[in-house]
Order: sequence, then structure tokens, then C-alpha cells
Amino acid sequence: MKGHVFRPLWVTLGLVGLIFIARYFIVPPDFGIGERGYMYGWYRKGNEEEWKAFKIKHNTMQYCKDCHPDQSKKIKASKHAKVQCENCHGPSVDHPEKPQKLNINRDRELCLRCHAYLPYRPARYAELPTGAITLKMQEPDQHNPGIECVTCHSVHDASFK
Amino acid sequence: MNQSRREFLKTGFKTILATGFSIGVFETLRPEVLAALKKEEGLRWAFVVDTTKCIGCGMCVKACKLENEIPYDVNVTRTWVERYVMTKDGRIYADSPKGARDGFIKNDPMGVTVKKEDIDKGFFVPKLCNQCENPPCVQVCPVGATYQTADGIVLVDRTWCIGCGYCIMACPYGVRFFHPVYRVAEKCNFCYHRIKKDMKPACVDACSFGARLIGNIRDPWDSVSRIIKTERTAVLKEEFGTKPHVFYLGLDSIVR
Repeated sequence: MKGHVFRPLWVTLGLVGLIFIARYFIVPPDFGIGERGYMYGWYRKGNEEEWKAFKIKHNTMQYCKDCHPDQSKKIKASKHAKVQCENCHGPSVDHPEKPQKLNINRDRELCLRCHAYLPYRPARYAELPTGAITLKMQEPDQHNPGIECVTCHSVHDASFK
Repeated sequence: MNQSRREFLKTGFKTILATGFSIGVFETLRPEVLAALKKEEGLRWAFVVDTTKCIGCGMCVKACKLENEIPYDVNVTRTWVERYVMTKDGRIYADSPKGARDGFIKNDPMGVTVKKEDIDKGFFVPKLCNQCENPPCVQVCPVGATYQTADGIVLVDRTWCIGCGYCIMACPYGVRFFHPVYRVAEKCNFCYHRIKKDMKPACVDACSFGARLIGNIRDPWDSVSRIIKTERTAVLKEEFGTKPHVFYLGLDSIVR
């Protein structure tokens, strides 16, 4: 047989071989079929660990109460017991190192998220251990517009100053 | 009655066999044994959203965006809250300004002031990734950058995603979006970094109203799986066959 007949075959085989060699270097060793099979689990296993290592920013009241026991006890006894510190104080991340001071949101708009009157907003609040209460709602345009709520109201014990 | 010894032994043996068999059947049909036979062990995350408790404060959306480093002022979000208002003349107002990042503080669904006496019903519906058992978004990925873990969470590999956007189009719930910073597909993953450290997702922690719950659907004593098994729950777009794992209490048929 003449050599030129087989030449395209060798070239093709060589290219396929090159693809396999390149694939060996490009595809990570942990890439393959996971627990959910080929259709849903064809992935790089190491990525799961990367997601697990993602930084937590909201450490919840469990974290706050160690250094701020007075404030956390106060709010736990109030009608705001189920409101997380970080909802108004912002994510604690690595506080007290970074950030050293949290940026407290005292805006009227923040309070209104729950306390603005909407005709379709459920008025019954049953999340407190002491039993169901009525959710306090105000017409924002009629109830001292323009003044920050914290001027008269105390947030930590959900009452007046 | 005349009975031979052989006859007596035969009947007695048959009776014992029949009794033993029927007791055995009842034993295997016990719910616990049947559940064990299904070989569904371990962990499978599921979510319950109680729409009757949601008041639309949007604290969950704010917490999610800050927790998961989603650019705060860009109009993309992993979870959002929708407001539905149905008036007496049959109109449906549905909106979610900025995904309810700043909550709902005005009675202006779709920019219209709706009078109280005109309203038939109105409610809020939080939305997030359904972590489907058959996720269409994973099927369409051409490079294996999105996948489902053994405990049912659909994740995106940011180093592997090429940003083609097939998955964004494939999700029937519109949960996926393009991350403007990393330039890859982005989605809710039930705060995988938190639930793997025995914490709750940021949205669940931020909710003061108990409208969001997370748990293990395979644990029969888990509070979430008890709600799913004993209460009247519904899922979104069941007809798509995706088997979503976010279960809604008090879901109205006008919710899409």
C-alpha cells in the first residue's frame, strides 16, 4: 500500500492523541461523576469544599450575646425577641476586629418595613413565646412624618424612651 | 369428630404458618419498615415557606445579599419577595421592587394606590431556589459547572462556569442570574457554607416572623419534614416535573 493513503489516518490519530494529552493536563483530577450520577453530578468535587469555606457574615444573636449580654437579655425579654441584632446593626463578620464598629441603621424606613400599615399585611403576630399579639402598624404619612422613630421609641425593649 | 393424628398435625402446622405469615405481612407494612425499605437515608435539605406569616419586610433579601456578596445596588438577588394584591374587579397586582430588598413600606402595588375597600385579598410570597430533585438547570450545563450535591443542593462552580447562560434560561422559576462581578451564573444555595456548619441560612435567621424554615426531609422527626408530611403544602410549577423542594403553606393559585 502507498504511504500517502494512510497519511490522513496517522494525522487524525495523532490529533486525537494530542486531545487526550491536553485533556489530561486541563481537567482537574477530582473532576468526574458524583453521587447524583452523570446527569446531575458531573462536576469537580473540590468545588463543594470551596463553597463550604465561603465566609460567614451574619453570626446571629448567639455570637453577639457573649460580649453584649445586657442588650441581648433586654431584647430577648421584649416584643422584639425574634428580631436579630444584625437586622439593624448590619452583619458582624469579624467584629470586634473587622469591622471595629458596626454601622447601625436608624432609618425610619427600616422600622416601616414591619410597622407601616398595609391593608394586606397580616396583623397577628404569634412568634413570641408569650402568645399572639397584634402587630403594631402605623400610617407613615400621618404618624409624625419626617421624624426618626428612635426619637421617641426604644428598639431594644420595644417601648417608649 | 374423628381425626387422625396425621390430619391433626397437618392442620395445626397450616394454622401456625398462616398466622405467622399474616403477622409478618403486617410487620413489614409498618410505616417505619416501609420507610427503611425505600433506602432514603442521610440528609436531603428541604425548605418550608409559610406565606401566611410573611409580612413583606424584606429583611431576608437584605441579609441574603450581604451574606452572599451579591452587589447591593444591582437589581439581581438570590431570593426575593413578591407582593400579590387582588382587587374586587378581578385585577391582580403583582410586584417585587428591587426584589423587596427595602421591603414593602407603601401601599403601591405596581405603582397604583389600592383602596382598602377594593381589595379582595393580598399577601406576600418569598421565592428562592427550589433545589429540585430533577434540576433542569443542571441538565443543560455544557461544561459540568453546575451540579447537585448528595444532600440535594445545586451549586455553581465559579472557576468552571463559562457564563453561557443556558441554565439561566432553563430554570422555570427564574432563580438564576448572571453575577455582575464574577461573570458566571449565580443562584441560591440555601447558604451552603452556613448549613454545613449547623447554622441556618441567612434569610431564615433574618426572618422575625417564622415564615422561612429549613430542615432534613428524610428525617421523620424533623420539624420541616413533619410540616411537609402532615400539613397542606404546595410547590411551585409542579407540572414541570422538577420535584421542587421548597414547600409553601397557604399558596394561592394566582402565584406563578
